[in-house]
Amino acid sequence: MSSIDFTWVIGGPQGGGVETAANIFAGACAGCGLKVFGKREYYSNIKGEHSYFGVRVSDKTIRSNVSGITMLVGFDAETLFRHADEVFDDGAIVFESDLTEIKIDEVHTLDAQFKERLIKYLLSKNKPLTIQGAINAAKERGVTLYPVSFKEILASLSDETNNPKLRGMFRMQNVLAVSISIGLLGLPPETLLKSVGSIFSRKAEIAEMNKTAANYAYNYATVKYSKFRYQLSPIPKEEHTMLAQGFQSTSLGKIACGCRFQSYYPITPASDESVFLESNEIFEVENNRPGSTLVVQTEDEISAIGMIIGASLTGSRSSTSTSGPGFSLMAEALGWAGINEVPIVVTLYQRSGPSTGLPTRHGQDDLQFAIHAGHGDFPRIVYASGDTEEGFYDTAKCFNFADIYQIPVIHMMDKFIASTVSTVKRFDPTKITIERGKLLEKIEDPGYKRFTPSPDGISPRSRLGLENGIFWNTGDESDEAGHISEDPENRIYKMDKRLHKMDLALEQIPKEDQAINYGISDFCILSWGSTKGPILDAIEMLNKAGYKVGFIQIKLLHPFPTKYVQSLLSGVKKIIDIEANQSAQMGSLLNEYLDRKVDYYILKYTGRPMTCNELFDSVKKIIDNKAEKKQVLKYGV
Amino acid sequence: MVSNVADYKTEVHNDWCPGCGDFGIVSAIQMALAEMEIPRHKAAIFSGVGCSGKTSHYLNVYGVHTLHGRVLPFSQGAKLANPEMTVVAVGGDGDGLGIGAGHFVAAGRRNVDMTYLIFNNGVYGLTKGQASPTLKLGLQTKSLPEPNVNQSVNPIALAIASGFTFVARGYAYDVRQLKDLIIAAVKHRGLSFLDVLQPCPTYNDINTRDWFSGMDNIDEITNRPRPRIYKLEDVGYDPVVHIDSPQEENEKLTQALIKSNEWDAKIPTGIFYKNDIAQSYDQRMAERIPNYLENPPAYQEISAGGKSITDISQLLDKLEI
Repeated sequence: MSSIDFTWVIGGPQGGGVETAANIFAGACAGCGLKVFGKREYYSNIKGEHSYFGVRVSDKTIRSNVSGITMLVGFDAETLFRHADEVFDDGAIVFESDLTEIKIDEVHTLDAQFKERLIKYLLSKNKPLTIQGAINAAKERGVTLYPVSFKEILASLSDETNNPKLRGMFRMQNVLAVSISIGLLGLPPETLLKSVGSIFSRKAEIAEMNKTAANYAYNYATVKYSKFRYQLSPIPKEEHTMLAQGFQSTSLGKIACGCRFQSYYPITPASDESVFLESNEIFEVENNRPGSTLVVQTEDEISAIGMIIGASLTGSRSSTSTSGPGFSLMAEALGWAGINEVPIVVTLYQRSGPSTGLPTRHGQDDLQFAIHAGHGDFPRIVYASGDTEEGFYDTAKCFNFADIYQIPVIHMMDKFIASTVSTVKRFDPTKITIERGKLLEKIEDPGYKRFTPSPDGISPRSRLGLENGIFWNTGDESDEAGHISEDPENRIYKMDKRLHKMDLALEQIPKEDQAINYGISDFCILSWGSTKGPILDAIEMLNKAGYKVGFIQIKLLHPFPTKYVQSLLSGVKKIIDIEANQSAQMGSLLNEYLDRKVDYYILKYTGRPMTCNELFDSVKKIIDNKAEKKQVLKYGV
Repeated sequence: MVSNVADYKTEVHNDWCPGCGDFGIVSAIQMALAEMEIPRHKAAIFSGVGCSGKTSHYLNVYGVHTLHGRVLPFSQGAKLANPEMTVVAVGGDGDGLGIGAGHFVAAGRRNVDMTYLIFNNGVYGLTKGQASPTLKLGLQTKSLPEPNVNQSVNPIALAIASGFTFVARGYAYDVRQLKDLIIAAVKHRGLSFLDVLQPCPTYNDINTRDWFSGMDNIDEITNRPRPRIYKLEDVGYDPVVHIDSPQEENEKLTQALIKSNEWDAKIPTGIFYKNDIAQSYDQRMAERIPNYLENPPAYQEISAGGKSITDISQLLDKLEI
């Protein structure tokens, strides 16, 4: 049996139920034991602009999207104009049949640059500048068309169920579209209905109505259309599989590892995490006292980081979650946490900058900023997760780093991970450890001083409220008690004490937490963060095609694990740096810290995540010795 | 336990200018803490940046000298994570009403149970006397190259408009009254604001100690100065919202706003507005999280033997397929 690799894309205006439809589709497939990897793309807009959601389905592990679409579903003209050309020659388009006469000029949300490219394309194919033209161009390539009248389906459903209300329920076209797709693909209706039920679980009446509609549309598709050439079938379900969104990983990690104070200012794509924490603010704890997370929405990100510093001074594990623009505002306070040795965790969900940039799109543009944010020299750890699963376990690690070294930790996540929905192995909280370092529960010594010297440079840490533990903090340089001091010798003591922690971290953090070695070869990819998924998928494709390539995923980006990475690279002939930014920000770290230079760069900065096909092509080109030093990837609408 | 004022003093060398109003404020805070017998480890003073920022180093309780303008975020975070602490935030008028004005307004909306005290002297002292947000339009203090070109902000009115539930004004040279106001402010359940008139002897040569005591305004009959400062309690002013009705609240708010506009000839001190009926942030939180006050973030147990004791299985179950 050849393996399944199928990509289903649904598009529509923002606010039109695209996300709901995609979640139902993903749930229906995952319910049949299939692996799914879905990702949402949207404009910075509340209602009306084009958004789409692609769900890739397979019977084996998948970690990225592909270039191209197997089945496109469109109930609005823009989706068809934008994506018809992406459908594979042997793919299909399910579309609202009323739309065929719509002209390009009638779709006001199409931007001028895209329109120009589309018109050129249709003219070259000798097609009219309408939906019919776009669809026929696809049909000529071999694409199967499934015209659907959602209006008719609603009317007949309304008649059959004796429910006149249904006739005008155009909002349900998303559920109808998913159900038709599932019918065409031959998956059983039970998992579809279960998925619909769980998506609408909050309102029983609406759930029932949607289930009726789903069932009707499913049967309608199986009767009215011939089966699609690709058929999906259930496979045995792996136990303990979850269907999770990326942002849920750090949220759940925070609850599990004891973060009890989170403040935030609303920002895409980070606020989903805080909203999840607030929605689940009370939870069970084994000591029979319910635990809780206090989530505070602040007036800005300066306040968000200020509050978590204050909360951390009381001994509570505390964090904030933000994106680039918010993190920019936090720079000054980050230094305050550094000079006063306060453990905090900033979860940084990167998006495309600079400034507001591409506010709802992906990017890895903030690595160098995370490493350098704030004036003056102070220690920090910058740690990057590669996917949803890592996000959970790394969150706990970041809090340990913060507590052990008494420093700010910046946990790098990004929009690609945040808005990915995928099947992942159930998180295992017993695998995480909680290490609070030198945090004190009790102080007997009346002569306690917060910054007292210690062999490893880390002083026992009191917390506000502890008897005999009074300390002072100041953004000025300070003495052992924490009072302002401008003494030159004290300055050397304090600066060295703080920055020495970076050497200590490199010594103590296990190698497997510094970087992950997926295999070494003559050609070796170095990367960080969410490029992990497309890289691993591309490597599988390359191996199948007879190409060997190694991969090292760097997780600890500051302090940089020079020794370990250097040792891994000893037999490597060519280094390929892959990143989602324009200036190869990790590449410059490699060039700075390693005794050799990067040989090839593969970069993408369109705001759209890399697909495995793009990486397959570009890495293959390098190995075939046909590549330029730098390749820039472009795929995606 | 009887507390001694001296217990609340540190031995840190005080480097404020001779005659600075700040001395009176620090004394008043020390006296208030002693009189309330707050154990030293149960109190935390947070300060902003500037001359007043050094206050936390002169008090022998937990002292956190934060960033310029950010004293309210830091202190609110600490108070919310450990509601057992008595938290007093202090800072200059530039710190709180210039760079930190956004936090001032937002803090008022939250009504966290703590006290915020502004050292109000009309100038940025530590940077050599530039005009601060409370300096009146057209005044030219000693080091200004030109008269102040901006309108001044009215701290009392801003506090009232922002939702502070206790709003008062003290005077740095009336330490006894100031001590009493601090005690009332700390005991108030909710966010209390104290605007403290604090002459800067070095850079504000207009609103001086002599000016406040009316040395430029001699009564021709008695030949005595007519002090500008007077106490609201001496004129029968009642700042308290007594009953839970919008009408009562409106009357007290309006009265306080009108009073807050008095300046120049007569400057009121004392409590302008006091509302004990409005819920504080911790009370609102406790309605959502029933054991918040007994088991706040600072005291929650999170691990045993290095392992998590939080049970997230229900959340994971929901995601399982």
